[in-house]
Amino acid sequence: MKTLMTGNEAVARGAWEAGAKYASAYPGTPSTEILESVAEYKGDIKAEWGVNEKVAFEAAMGAAIAGARSLAAMKHVGLNVAADPLFSMAYTGTNGGFVVITADEPGQHSSQNEQDNRNYAPFAKVPLFEPGDSQECLDMVKEAFKVSEDYDVPVLVRLTTRTSHSKGIVECGDREEVGIREYRKDAAKYVSVPAHARARRLVVEDRMKRLADYAEASPLNYVEDNRSEVGVIASGTAFYFAKEVFGAGASYLKLGFTNPMPVRKIRDFCASVKKIYVIEENDPIIETQVRLLGFDCLGKNIFPFCGELTSDIIRRSVYGSCFDAIEADPAKVVPRPPTLCAGCPHRGFFYELGRRRNVMVSGDIGCYTLGFAEPYNAMDTCICMGASISAGHGAQQVFDMRKDEKPRRVVSVLGDSTFFHTGINSLLMVGYNRSRTVNVILDNRITGMTGHQQNPGSGYTLDGTRAPDLDFEALARACGISNVRTIDPNDLKLVKETLDWALALDEPSVIITRWPCALKRFSPEDKAEFAGAFQSRYKVDRDLCIGCKACLRSGCPAIAFDWEAKKSGIDPDQCVGCGVCSQICPKSAIVRE
Amino acid sequence: MVKSILLVGVGGQGTILAAKLLTTGLMEAGYDVKMSEIHGMSQRGGSVSSQVRYGDEKVHSPVIEVGGADILVSFERMEALRWLRFLKPGGKAVVNDHRINPMPVVSGKAVYPEGILEELKSKVDTAVVDAAAKASELGNPKVMNVILLGTVIRSMGLGSIDWNRIIRENVKPAFVELNLKALEVGLGLV
Repeated sequence: MKTLMTGNEAVARGAWEAGAKYASAYPGTPSTEILESVAEYKGDIKAEWGVNEKVAFEAAMGAAIAGARSLAAMKHVGLNVAADPLFSMAYTGTNGGFVVITADEPGQHSSQNEQDNRNYAPFAKVPLFEPGDSQECLDMVKEAFKVSEDYDVPVLVRLTTRTSHSKGIVECGDREEVGIREYRKDAAKYVSVPAHARARRLVVEDRMKRLADYAEASPLNYVEDNRSEVGVIASGTAFYFAKEVFGAGASYLKLGFTNPMPVRKIRDFCASVKKIYVIEENDPIIETQVRLLGFDCLGKNIFPFCGELTSDIIRRSVYGSCFDAIEADPAKVVPRPPTLCAGCPHRGFFYELGRRRNVMVSGDIGCYTLGFAEPYNAMDTCICMGASISAGHGAQQVFDMRKDEKPRRVVSVLGDSTFFHTGINSLLMVGYNRSRTVNVILDNRITGMTGHQQNPGSGYTLDGTRAPDLDFEALARACGISNVRTIDPNDLKLVKETLDWALALDEPSVIITRWPCALKRFSPEDKAEFAGAFQSRYKVDRDLCIGCKACLRSGCPAIAFDWEAKKSGIDPDQCVGCGVCSQICPKSAIVRE
Repeated sequence: MVKSILLVGVGGQGTILAAKLLTTGLMEAGYDVKMSEIHGMSQRGGSVSSQVRYGDEKVHSPVIEVGGADILVSFERMEALRWLRFLKPGGKAVVNDHRINPMPVVSGKAVYPEGILEELKSKVDTAVVDAAAKASELGNPKVMNVILLGTVIRSMGLGSIDWNRIIRENVKPAFVELNLKALEVGLGLV
């Protein structure tokens, strides 16, 4: 059966066809849809959101050791969080096949950095596959499960944004029921005390030698011979980008399995051509191998280190220019930065927080990171998941060492899902070591930025099963914080008073802002708790509006200023009635319809 | 021969559904198809694109090059300017005469450009359509995307594919009739 699939959907299909029984992931662009697609195979595969990538990895690792083919998926930075089990599991090996998907982001479309996770494979000493389109995603995931079992090793599969989010035609097969392998207790293998691990260390090295033979024999590393003196070596999507540029004018060595490298194949190919291009996104990993073999090549000396290597970029690097194009005056085009949506529950909070002086706002990763931007300017740092509370703690300790008359105060902010991800650990640090930080959990009742995934606070699991309603206040108290309040962030007066209260304390506090994401599909519980939310509209009474533009400071995309009439207006198609702007208006000119 | 269709707009305008219907129809007609779009942070009111490439030979890259699109369909006026350099010289632009203010315009830090349609018309074969108004006439502003899909189908000569069936099979039942009407409107606009 042929069907159109994204790379992410094809990964899920590959896992299903390979007989996988368990999968876990933490959402993160561009990997999120992998687990959502796995969840479509309900009944065959148990799919569960992990609270973070390390936990998801470990859950899948346990499932694999128990004997089931298992999958863990994450975005590139997620593998940093899960690196600890990856490196040790390379020693213990597995039982049922274990495949880890890392979805990298050359171009940083939705990420804080651009790291090439292929580097993890030689570092952790695990095999690596690099699919370049949807069909390869399906085929390579199936093969990865086989390699995992044949060589008793966790296997890494690296996608990139273009592989994950592009669609192509995929030939699908049937599911192979491989069953669940027998579990046998084996402390020498699975208990990584030094005496055991030293023995496993040798197993790891021997395994890599055997995998080097696999790399040479694998049909995933193949030559496309076009009888050209120009040779292109490429992996992943870069291979398909390169084919657009060179067509039949070059011969190709396409690498689908790149750790360990097929050294003999690379040497033979390089010897067969006169000019070698190595085309790989981000780091020069294959190129380094080519140079180690003593061949000169064109690689990062002509292709960019950063960003994607799409066909136009390859074309420009090789030939000096792209196709002819029609240029518009770039000065005319206004940028379109992402904004908090109309009705976003973060708006009221950041509006008030942005008015505070002498505070450092320690931020985190989610939609609310946009609080850094105009018009709020209400975030000082955003480094990695969960760091808001812990980095804020450290900063407050140092601000309090200074002998300032009014020491700077730290407000740490993060979302509900990020709090569960790694924020709880950070809050334990605060509760234990007693910094007087204000810690704000922006609970919009869902994982927002990645497109609405359930989390331990939302009351449901991935497959829609009702889960316990996690009590944020009780959790904060259990972490050692006695000053805890929950508020409606759309009530500006309440936000202001609560910030005043927290900033007046000489000990740590937690504020939970509880209001659903404006785009969320309401659960029955949401409907009961937030009855009437997003069901009204506001409008500007043009007779009362004095054109002061105060409402624009709400940063709401539904508000537009009429520069000719010098009056504000609200787009009725966008407004969902949060009422924040009506509280900002000094003339009460914004009224409920 | 490989053809490239570039659909651009603002997050939330429905380029993704239009691209989905388009790629499904092309695949069923026997073409090789690749499609690329970026989602994530850019959804929040940002500039978005769906890129569709199809051909009677193998399509390698899902991404359209600068100067590589046969047609540029812009769901929003200014986005046509932003993406113009991806259009082939001699290619066609279809522009929805619809304005969505970006945040710098909303906050008064920038001015929405004037004369976009004139600039486009002076540079490329441009068809201006008012899909937003047509969608409102049909009773639902959201079907603007399927109206614009109709313009793509007509402009690219893809009328022999049974698009009505593609819509019936891929759109929620309650919206099928509305979308069929929207397609009909779109086919008549260019």
